[in-house]
Amino acid sequence: MEAYLDNSATTQPCKEAVEKMNYALRTCWGNPSSLHFKGIAASELLEEARNNIAKKLSCESDEIFFTSGGTESNNIAVFGAAYAQRRRGSRIITTSIEHSSVEESVKALENQGYDVVRLRVNERGVIDERQLYAATNPSVVLISMMYVNNEVGSIQPVEFAKRAVVHSGANALIHCDAVQAFGKVQLKPYNMGVDLMTVSSHKIHGPKGAGALFVKKGTKLVQHSFGGLQENKIRPGTEPLPAIAGFGAAAAAIPDYSESLKYVTDLRNYMVAKLRTIEGVRINSPENALPYITNISVEGIPSEVMLNYLSGLGICVSSGSACSKGHKSRVLKAMNLSDDVINTALRISLSVFTTKEEIDYLIGGIASARKTMRRLK
Amino acid sequence: MKEIILLKNGELALKGLNRHTFENQLIKNMKFRLHDLGKIRYVSSQSTISVEPADENVDLDEAFRRITKIFGIAGISRCAAVEKDMEVIIPAACEYLKDDLMFAKTFKVEAKRSDKKFPLKSPDICMALGEKILDAYPHLTVDVHNPDVKVSVEIRDNYAFIHGNQIKGAGGMPVGSAGQAAILISGGIDSPVAAWMMSKRGLSLCGIHFASPPYTSQRAEMKVCSLLKQVAKYSGEISLHIVPFTRIQEEIKDNCPEELFTIIMRRFMMRCSEIIAKKNGCGALITGESVGQVASQTMQAIGCTEAVVEELPVFRPLIGMDKDEVIERARYIGTFETSILPYEDCCTVFTPKHPRTRPQLKYVEEAESVLDIDSLVEEAVNNIKFIRITGD
Repeated sequence: MEAYLDNSATTQPCKEAVEKMNYALRTCWGNPSSLHFKGIAASELLEEARNNIAKKLSCESDEIFFTSGGTESNNIAVFGAAYAQRRRGSRIITTSIEHSSVEESVKALENQGYDVVRLRVNERGVIDERQLYAATNPSVVLISMMYVNNEVGSIQPVEFAKRAVVHSGANALIHCDAVQAFGKVQLKPYNMGVDLMTVSSHKIHGPKGAGALFVKKGTKLVQHSFGGLQENKIRPGTEPLPAIAGFGAAAAAIPDYSESLKYVTDLRNYMVAKLRTIEGVRINSPENALPYITNISVEGIPSEVMLNYLSGLGICVSSGSACSKGHKSRVLKAMNLSDDVINTALRISLSVFTTKEEIDYLIGGIASARKTMRRLK
Repeated sequence: MKEIILLKNGELALKGLNRHTFENQLIKNMKFRLHDLGKIRYVSSQSTISVEPADENVDLDEAFRRITKIFGIAGISRCAAVEKDMEVIIPAACEYLKDDLMFAKTFKVEAKRSDKKFPLKSPDICMALGEKILDAYPHLTVDVHNPDVKVSVEIRDNYAFIHGNQIKGAGGMPVGSAGQAAILISGGIDSPVAAWMMSKRGLSLCGIHFASPPYTSQRAEMKVCSLLKQVAKYSGEISLHIVPFTRIQEEIKDNCPEELFTIIMRRFMMRCSEIIAKKNGCGALITGESVGQVASQTMQAIGCTEAVVEELPVFRPLIGMDKDEVIERARYIGTFETSILPYEDCCTVFTPKHPRTRPQLKYVEEAESVLDIDSLVEEAVNNIKFIRITGD
């Protein structure tokens, strides 16, 4: 049996996405910028995808810009916003648990002289909005905050960013990395007071190689890479139409939020109850985390070893973020967890396609690992 | 204009009556490495080997690139092979070395005349060619002691060879000329460097890796393969033996004192390795140990590990090297970036917090005597997985 429980790393492409990609590769393979009929057909496909994403974010389709994925969207947003506001000030506010594509971007800006404030999180992986108010002053140019954390599933109070900005009289842009939230909960950047929002295709059962950045109308970004006129110059270069078309189809196929959320919540609660019966298992995710992501630690078995063991059984989970390739989790450290907990952490991430049988199989695997594996370190 | 590659043998030239066996091995290695590039002739004379393309399609750039990674060659130069006539040699030299001469400030001409029937003597050749080069490139001056470009003309039996500066070869001895040895490779920085260094001394290699699934992953195995692949670019094909080590490690963990875990484990590795090495015709074991680097590589610990090796010598080419020297070498070979990937391997997974740094042999022997050593070793050695690794 196989159990794929690493849906925060990537998801299986859905049928709709694969079919649309097939169409884009076999039939509609023109360059969307070409003036002939092949190009026109391709640009229609591109705009259809853009429309689908816009609908899901309750925004206009000309506010959606396609990129190669979450990392590129985050880079464009952070650098573009910081550079566009360079004259206004130099403070950037972010959190200590951002994805590395935001963290490394602000670090690069920090090296250029920007004043970066990283808000600390509590043991539930959430920032304190009072900290946010305290850090916000008129010199703030950007607040970048993720919505759902990729390692523990904690949800940040992103809507407070706008309030803090208004309160302080700053003219800051607000960026939200919503990669782990998109497709799982209703996202309305306008209601959240967000100017820039990152979403990605392969986390919502679309293909890899496509992502999007929501840019609120009227928001100025400084160009990050240079080339043709595609995507309003925010992301020049011929659009990877097959991936984008698949992304659009996957977005259109997103199931009803309340139903899917209920299904996954029930599944998570079932799993957590079972996990608690195994001795030595600790749940690191907070109670109110998004149910799609659950972080646990299994005493005495380092993450990588547990991962190998489960992988041998056909179970896919991860040790924190797939992007960090085995380095120590920054997020768990920020949550002030002990080294023993961090070294043995596992991330189990579900999707709407996850079944109860898969959960049972995982529980069996962890239980048998506890029985047969020697305690290490 | 015909172009060839000229190789200087270096250390091989110092060999006595058996020199030709080394040269033959080198030519054999080259033939093997370059076989897919087309028809190539290898001519060996006077401690040089010339590599001459025998048909037009040979990609000489690719051949040159590969030759820089073949051990047993001290220096490499690309030459123009032209008719033995000064009327031809002079314009050919000016044209062939255009790129070198244009960007140089000083030069000198050196001539060798092994064909004594050639009408001009060596100094005369130098003078005649030097004059014309100065005419063609007036910005140059002659510097006979420290020239930017050394223009060499060699008058051989069939052709005159013209070449510029020589490039350093990989050095060492032809792989295979010293026999075969087995490298114990974990996946760290040291062992690939040790393998490379011994291969440079003419040993062909056979790899031994200990894997402990599920404690170690398939990624760790893939890492070892890609490290050896990099080494194989120099050493030629390596046969890798992957030894299942889980049972042994668990037995040690369960039954022996924690602080002796690593040392007892290494003794098991040596026992298994010696058996595998002998089975595969290897005459020595190679490890990447360096005195004092970690607890299991102190003088006493190495003594305890070595005590179980019955017959074969154990080569430790890194024994006196500092870590930064090893890293520098690893970067040169191209294994460093892979070595630092953070996967657990058999050496890291069970490591005790406080290992014994000066173990005494009798206590180690006593501690491991509770284990059924022979049958554990036999079981491991009988269940080896085998992978063939080539450099291309």
